[in-house]
Amino acid sequence: MSDLTVYDRKTIEELIDGTIEFYKLKEMLSNFKDRDRFDKYISILQERVPWDDPILLPAGLHLYIVQKPDGQRIVKCDCGHEFCDYRDNWKLHALIHVRDTEEKMAELYPKLLAPDPQWQVIREYYCPNCATQLEVEAVTPWYPVIKDFEPDIDTFYTEWLQKPLPGSKG
Amino acid sequence: MAIREEELYRKNKFPIGWDGKTLKQMRMEIDEISRATGHYAGLKELPFKEAEPIRYEKIFSKLRGGVVHARETAKKVAASPIVEQEGELCFTLYTPEGDSIVTSTGIIIHVGTMGAAIKYMIKNDYEDNPGIEDGDIFCNNDCQIGNVHPCDVHTIVPIFYDGELIGWVGGVTHVIDVGATAPGSMTVGPVTRYDDGYQVACRKIGANDTLFKDWLIESQRSVRTTKYWLLDERTRLAGCHMIRDLVLDIVNEEGIEAYKQFIREVIEDGRRGFINQVKTLLIPGRYRQVSFVDVPYKNLDVPPYAKVDTIMHAPTEVIVHKDGKFEIDFEGVNRWGWHSYNATPVSITSGIWVMMSQTLIPNDRVNDGAYYASQFDLPYGSWLNPDDIRTAHSYAWHFLVSAWSPLWRALSRNYFARGYLEEVNAGNANTSNWLQGGGYNQFNENHAVNSFESAAEGVGASAVRDGISHAAAIWNPEGDMGDMEIWELAEPLIYLGRSIKPNTGGYGKYRGGSGYETLRLVYGAKDWTMFFMGNGYISSDCGLMGGYPAASGYRFEAHGTDIKERIEKRLPIPTGGDPDPDNPQYETVMNAKEVVRDKQSITTETIFENYDLYLNYLRGGPGFGDPLERKPHMIEADLNEGHLLPRFAESVYGAVVYQDETGTYKVDVEKTAQRRQEKRRERLKRGVPVKEWMKQEREKIINKEASVQVQHMYASSFGLSEKFFNEFKSFWSLPADWVLKEEELDMPTFGVKIKRN
Repeated sequence: MSDLTVYDRKTIEELIDGTIEFYKLKEMLSNFKDRDRFDKYISILQERVPWDDPILLPAGLHLYIVQKPDGQRIVKCDCGHEFCDYRDNWKLHALIHVRDTEEKMAELYPKLLAPDPQWQVIREYYCPNCATQLEVEAVTPWYPVIKDFEPDIDTFYTEWLQKPLPGSKG
Repeated sequence: MAIREEELYRKNKFPIGWDGKTLKQMRMEIDEISRATGHYAGLKELPFKEAEPIRYEKIFSKLRGGVVHARETAKKVAASPIVEQEGELCFTLYTPEGDSIVTSTGIIIHVGTMGAAIKYMIKNDYEDNPGIEDGDIFCNNDCQIGNVHPCDVHTIVPIFYDGELIGWVGGVTHVIDVGATAPGSMTVGPVTRYDDGYQVACRKIGANDTLFKDWLIESQRSVRTTKYWLLDERTRLAGCHMIRDLVLDIVNEEGIEAYKQFIREVIEDGRRGFINQVKTLLIPGRYRQVSFVDVPYKNLDVPPYAKVDTIMHAPTEVIVHKDGKFEIDFEGVNRWGWHSYNATPVSITSGIWVMMSQTLIPNDRVNDGAYYASQFDLPYGSWLNPDDIRTAHSYAWHFLVSAWSPLWRALSRNYFARGYLEEVNAGNANTSNWLQGGGYNQFNENHAVNSFESAAEGVGASAVRDGISHAAAIWNPEGDMGDMEIWELAEPLIYLGRSIKPNTGGYGKYRGGSGYETLRLVYGAKDWTMFFMGNGYISSDCGLMGGYPAASGYRFEAHGTDIKERIEKRLPIPTGGDPDPDNPQYETVMNAKEVVRDKQSITTETIFENYDLYLNYLRGGPGFGDPLERKPHMIEADLNEGHLLPRFAESVYGAVVYQDETGTYKVDVEKTAQRRQEKRRERLKRGVPVKEWMKQEREKIINKEASVQVQHMYASSFGLSEKFFNEFKSFWSLPADWVLKEEELDMPTFGVKIKRN
């Protein structure tokens, strides 16, 4: 990490949009990381979502852990749908479609390139409001729904970033 | 009389460690003080680095430059294309106790494996017998001592200065054959250690910088490819001696005390650097993920107790601690098995750094410092920590690379949340197929082949762009498919095609890199066998954040073809790829006595005659993000460049496509937007609330409705982990008396030892 590495807001926006020029991206990969990335990134994301709850942490593409006025931290889709408390598994509150037959697999892959449902199924998790496919699991039948991410937000902000949490009075 | 001689011998011997200590004493002291203080060698400060930073960095640069230079030079001594083309070698410098100081580029998994071999020699009093002296040469490839699989052969040389051991240097190459039950370096077929081939257990093979004659004779009589074996050994030895000379030059220049201080500080520095990287790039918390590999052995030509269909289970929890400590817990992983894919703890703990050096620590400071900053929980009795010396390991990578792939997802959730989108990677491809086999080649020599075309699979998608196609493999940071002309010299297999394999990269907003395929015609061979080595029934990874997994595998082979006659008559023959295996084309331009197209992608030796065909399909990487968000121009490129079969443009991406007058595919942007809205409505219609679906799935579990291989996977995980079993039961709210044991399944249960009461 170096204090010397800084990218302008436009570059971070290009990164988010996937329009960044290849050599710029390559330099970013090779270079020391920029200290202020998280702040710039969150402020761009916050500007783009159609709601005002402060973003504490992105939890995936389209998903955020946000601070509610009543002090709760919840997982929220950028369409506005609120899933659950951030300590819960948002997938348990999503819609699921399981590809567990050859026919359902054949919509995705040629038969010989598809997983065999006797060995593995594909689970698609959708937002119940905007129907975005938020996660896909390729697992054996019976597999418990995976709780992907359990961040320690307080330690991250107060000890690692050494800054107050958004929306807090501190 | 014999006893007296031994006593006399001992009296005249001085310990070779520092300050009159034995190596064993040094090893114990380092362990104790590192454990007690939390700092390597108890170094709470780095006085050398702090007082003389430029001198410190100069020594590091000389050592690092030296080991990389030695590798590049030594590579040219090799004849094997695996070493010469693919760079499957690596050199590492160690402390007297066997902790790594600095490593070269290359297959750096061996940072740890050679260290484990040195530690084994120390533990087993090699200092007394067979003795460790200046000019000695040691060899190891024994997995249970310290290796990934037997074909990675280590040459280890001690470095002495003024009668004192100041370190070790190790070199490793991936050799083409180790005399296993079938030809090739990573044979499928071994189900026990005793089938795995020639195993050398930390043996002294030379003195006074000269290899023993009996070693040269025995080792070359134990493998199929004697010339490659000999030249690979010279490669390793040349590199080791270059590095030994370099270290002695530095000691003469800087002084022995400075060198001793440096090698301690650089490891502690590595430990601190790793924690710093963790705190820069990650977020404290817990990250969970899983991967699977199919083991379809029921109908394979193996001993009866190995005829079992089962699945490798690799759940992982990455824990990023508040203090920056990095932990990977494999709780829930299942039992080892009678196949060639078992791994050893050191191959997991050390192999992780191959991956980390491509992302979390992308610099030249890879040494045991990172190991001291990490913790690995590897359940005893599992496939990654077997409790039985009989296990086979020849193709350990099959499970290893698949078990590491989900770790990308854990790291990528961190990177994504912190905004380092450029580092996000949905995972790595299942590294396969490996084309392997042997017999008498086109030069009439006893030969074995292992095509390292597999060093160029599809890379996982990032959060910014598609994964790179046919580009890299996780285990080799310098991945390359190699030149066809070189492989044609190394193998009696002519290329009839090399092309992108459509629909193999996982779909997504950004798709995984596509795999590719090569069609090989056997030509000029005698008594030739080959086999397939890949995943077939399972895709060994998920996608990330809405992306799909990469495609799974299949195999194509053709025997007794009429290609010779067709060439003589100048008739068309199969060429190019097999882009749509549901609509096969090769068969339209040849006749064959036997054509195999099926999902059994692991096979043992099959006889191949000249003019038989073998399709080598290299897998793609997983995708990122919802495919309905893929930009239309990227779908057009996929179609026109052969990454996607047209019939999937709509079903996967919701794209409405057409061909213009030149035959070029175009996406109708407006109609696509409408179609995507419809597809979203279809999702809402077919989607079931997860908690409702769980009720149905629970009934299936209670009634034990699943294939035997799925049940066997769970039973063998439950047998090892009470925690996993209880969490499983709790998640599905199963009755208290619900159990599933291997013994109740209709299959052999050899090797079941660890049992819950």
